[in-house]
Amino acid sequence: MARAKLPSAFAEFESFAEKWCLATEPERWEMRLNTPMVEIREFYDAFTPRFEEAIDYCDKFGLDDLPEDALNLLHLIYSMVMVSMAVEIFGTQKPADSADAVMNRVGAPVP
Amino acid sequence: MAKWPKPAEGSWTEHYPELGTGPISFRDSISPEFYELEREAVFKRAWLNVGRIEEVPRVGSYFTKEIDAARTSVIVVKGKDEQIRAFYNICRHRGNKLVWNDFPNEETKGGCRQFTCKYHGWRYDLKGELTFVQQEGEFFGLDSSRYGLKPVHCDVWNGFIFINFDPEPQWSLREFLGPMITALDDYPFGLMTERYDFAAENNSNWKIFADAFQEYYHVPSLHSQQVPSAVRQPNASFECGHFQIDGPHRLVSTAGTRRWKLDPDYMYPVERVTRSGLVGPWRTPETHFSAGLNPGGIEPWGITNFQIFPNLEILIYHGWYLLYRYWPTSHNTHKFEAYNAFHPARSVRERIEHEVASVVLKEFALQDAGMLGGTQAALEYDIVDDYPLSDQEILVRHLHKVSVDWVEEYQAQRAPVGV
Repeated sequence: MARAKLPSAFAEFESFAEKWCLATEPERWEMRLNTPMVEIREFYDAFTPRFEEAIDYCDKFGLDDLPEDALNLLHLIYSMVMVSMAVEIFGTQKPADSADAVMNRVGAPVP
Repeated sequence: MAKWPKPAEGSWTEHYPELGTGPISFRDSISPEFYELEREAVFKRAWLNVGRIEEVPRVGSYFTKEIDAARTSVIVVKGKDEQIRAFYNICRHRGNKLVWNDFPNEETKGGCRQFTCKYHGWRYDLKGELTFVQQEGEFFGLDSSRYGLKPVHCDVWNGFIFINFDPEPQWSLREFLGPMITALDDYPFGLMTERYDFAAENNSNWKIFADAFQEYYHVPSLHSQQVPSAVRQPNASFECGHFQIDGPHRLVSTAGTRRWKLDPDYMYPVERVTRSGLVGPWRTPETHFSAGLNPGGIEPWGITNFQIFPNLEILIYHGWYLLYRYWPTSHNTHKFEAYNAFHPARSVRERIEHEVASVVLKEFALQDAGMLGGTQAALEYDIVDDYPLSDQEILVRHLHKVSVDWVEEYQAQRAPVGV
């Protein structure tokens, strides 16, 4: 079995980790646009009950000394934020009426 | 029914009688000829914001800026004397573009002790002086003191770096900004250094895009998703508390109930979990006060949106701000730059709050950008040219009027004197 990416308390999300532990917004945005809504909802529904708990877990560490597994969990949280827009607000991967508009995030703090 | 009192004249628009109340033309946004005039009359005469002092933190820190409207590239650099200067990005020897990295037309940034031209190795110090010429003896009476980099006027207001392409600017930067903007002298922008930056190429005139961010009349219609569907009102309206105009600049303030005081039904689940969303983190480190921040005395104050002519918008929320710049690239395209600026996160939870606000910003800005491509295309039918504007759209009226005024004034100055 592949090495666990997430803290053991969040092992139930390992099956989502490979796809959704993404370090940057451009990667998360692309993944959202290129994943069918059914699959987005599977991730969203699975993560929702423990969304807040996952934030609290990461929040126990300082921003600059997150262990690797907590950092992966933070990236999963960021993906949850990203897909929440599709599930809760628009019901589609792309924002309504955004047509062919593109907006690139070109700078952001890490992590 | 009006929620906010209007000026004694009966409307914000009539409070500024020079604006008129009739339908307006948008030909200034579809005409290539007007754009050519605007480049000279507006973008080569106004002070233009190109960055923040945090972008040149150390001696030798620099960035380049491609400014299509002026068909030029500029180097902004911090000198040994800590002064920030701007130069045209051109080597004085054979005209090579001096500073670029992988491709000459792409902006770059970094740190250096001097600038060295890739072509023949001429060097310039951080003040732009020519300090080294390869095989200087082969030249004919070369006076290196006459071949420093060509300067561009550069000044800083409250940490914002502005440049001006006019060889002799008509106003100092402070005069240009005027009392309404410089009333923010003490607003601590310098504390909000955690940035999320965005860039886009949009298919609309720069003013048409700016228009969508200087009125909120469109919000209930285009951005109905800003509140969950269960609490959406079919005929929702939006009224701003205060409008103000000072010279070429504009502002609008709106009221805002603090997000966490709203009924939970008015929030999306992601907002409740992360305590952040459309109007940013619910509880930022603090709300900063400044005499210029809420000149209309709106309570509860929500945001004030400063539109600094021509192409800068600074939107101040509680304890964070958002900045937009619109850089025209033709009469019907522009480059859009935006960023969110927060107090540096002190914890993972605060960083997540910033991420959420930045994700939401993109969602709704994409709606504006997508739709405005359609606006531009339809305006270019050039079938209609009398567009009625409401009192809520006073700032749209003002931006177009000022742009046309500047162009006409420029033309008048250049017209031959009559006999």
